[in-house]
Amino acid sequence: MSEKKDINILEHVLVPKHEILSPEEAVEVLRKLGVSPKNLPWISVDDPAAKAIGAKPGDIIRIIRKSPTAGVSVAYRYVVVDVSRKEASVE
Amino acid sequence: MEAVKQITSIEELKNYIEKLRGRVSDNIIEELEKKLVEVYEKSGLYVEEVEAIIGEVLRRYESSLVEPGEPVGTVAAQSLGEPSTQMTLRVFHYAGVREFNVTLGLPRLIEIVDARKRPETPIMEIYLEDDYKHDEEKAKEVARRIESTLVENVAESISISPFEGVVIRLDPSMLEDKGVGIKDVVDVLEELKLGDIEVDEENYTIRIRLPEELMDYSKMEKIRQKVASARIKGVKGIKKVIIQKRGDEYVLIAEGSNLSEVMRVKGVDWRRVYTNDIMEVERTLGIEAARAAIIKEIKSILDDQGLDVDIRHIMLLADVMTWTGRVRQVGRMGVAGEKPSVLARAAFEMTVQRLIEAAASGEVDELSGIPENIIIGQIIPIGTGMVELYATPSTARPKGGEG
Repeated sequence: MSEKKDINILEHVLVPKHEILSPEEAVEVLRKLGVSPKNLPWISVDDPAAKAIGAKPGDIIRIIRKSPTAGVSVAYRYVVVDVSRKEASVE
Repeated sequence: MEAVKQITSIEELKNYIEKLRGRVSDNIIEELEKKLVEVYEKSGLYVEEVEAIIGEVLRRYESSLVEPGEPVGTVAAQSLGEPSTQMTLRVFHYAGVREFNVTLGLPRLIEIVDARKRPETPIMEIYLEDDYKHDEEKAKEVARRIESTLVENVAESISISPFEGVVIRLDPSMLEDKGVGIKDVVDVLEELKLGDIEVDEENYTIRIRLPEELMDYSKMEKIRQKVASARIKGVKGIKKVIIQKRGDEYVLIAEGSNLSEVMRVKGVDWRRVYTNDIMEVERTLGIEAARAAIIKEIKSILDDQGLDVDIRHIMLLADVMTWTGRVRQVGRMGVAGEKPSVLARAAFEMTVQRLIEAAASGEVDELSGIPENIIIGQIIPIGTGMVELYATPSTARPKGGEG
C-alpha cells in the first residue's frame, strides 16, 4: 500500500538547511574560527542528510538552523568516514 | 536649551534600531522593532528615548553573554540535573492521550540521555496532507492504512493441534471494523507457506492442514505465534492509531514507531511526521534532525513537569551528544567514556580497569581538562585559570655586536 511518493528528507521540519561549502569558503570559515577541520563537529558520510546533498568525506557542511534564542544560527560539520560506529553493548 | 527631537517616521525609527544589527542577535532586533513601532504608533517617541533604549538593550545583551572560560558544560549539567531531582519518579501517565501509556518525567529523560536504541513507549505524531486533514472520515482512512492489523486482531480464536492443523475462527464484526476481507486473511496465511488452506466462508473458519514434518507438539506454540502475528495490512511496528483533533486539523497519534515507512503512506504529510524515537530520527533524517529531536523531547519533558530550564542548556547537551555525527549517550560508553584524558576517564567509572588499559596501550595524558588537573592539584583551566602567560625571554644580545 505504500505508493511512490517523492520524499526529500531535506524538506522535513526537523532537518535544518544543509549546504556544502566550496573549498574557498571552507578555508575562510576555518581561518575565521581558528580551528582545523577535525575540531568541528562531525557528520558521517552515510548520514541521510549528508547523502541527500551529496557530501564527500573532507567536505565541510554549513548548517543553518532556526534557533529559538538567536533566530538563525549557523553551525558547521566536517564530513567524516564513520569510524566511531562502536556498538554500545558493553555493560 | 537644545530642542527635543521627535522621531518623525517609522523609517527613521528603524534606522536607529538597525544600528544594533550585528551586535545583538536578530531575534532581539525583531522584538525590539515590534515593540518600539507599537509604542511609536500609540504615543510617539523622542530620539533621546530611542537612543537610551538601544543603549540599554546593548548593555544588557553584552552583560549576559558567556565570558571566555566560563564552564558552560558544568553549568548546563547542574541546570538540568537539579530540576530533574524534582521530577516525578516512576510515574507513568496518560498525558493527554487517554489511550496510551507514555513514559514521562525522569525515566524518559534518562532514556534520551542514555541514547537507548528504542524508547520504552514509542509514539508517532502523524500529520496529514491538506486533502485529508480536515475530514475525519479521510483521517480514519489513513489511520487504517497505518495501523497494523494482525491475524489475531480479527480472530475470535486460534486453535492448533498436530492432527487437526491450525483452525482460525474469524470475528465478522472485527473484520468489518478493520476493513479486512476473509480473502485478505487467506492471502497472508498463504504467504506463510505452512500448508494447505481450507476456507469455510459461511462459518468464518479457516483451517490450515499441517504437513507431516510440522506435526510435532514441540513446534505447535511457534506456529501458533507465527499465525497470530502475521500482518494483514498496515505498517510494521505500529500497534494502534488514534485520531486527535488539534486546532482545525486531525492528527493521528500512533503507538509504535516506523518513521521511514509511515512517511511513504498515502495521505501522510511526510514533512511533519514526528516520532519520539531519536535513534530512528537519526537513521532516517540524519544527525541534525536528531539534534533537533533531542532538544524538542527534553524541552517537552521539562515543560510537562512545569520546570523552567533555559533552552541553551538543552541545546548544549544535544550538541555534545551529536558531536561525533552519531547520537551517543552521556555516560561511560559515550561522552564521558570518550574523553581523551586517562585520568578523567578513570575518575568517572571503572578506575582500575581504565588505568590498566591506558598503561597497556601506553597512553599519554595532556592534562588539558578539568578532572585531571584537580587530581594532580593544578589550577583548573576554567575562567581565569584558562589564561596562561607566555614570556618570550629577550634574547641575550651578542656582546660587542653592533655597538
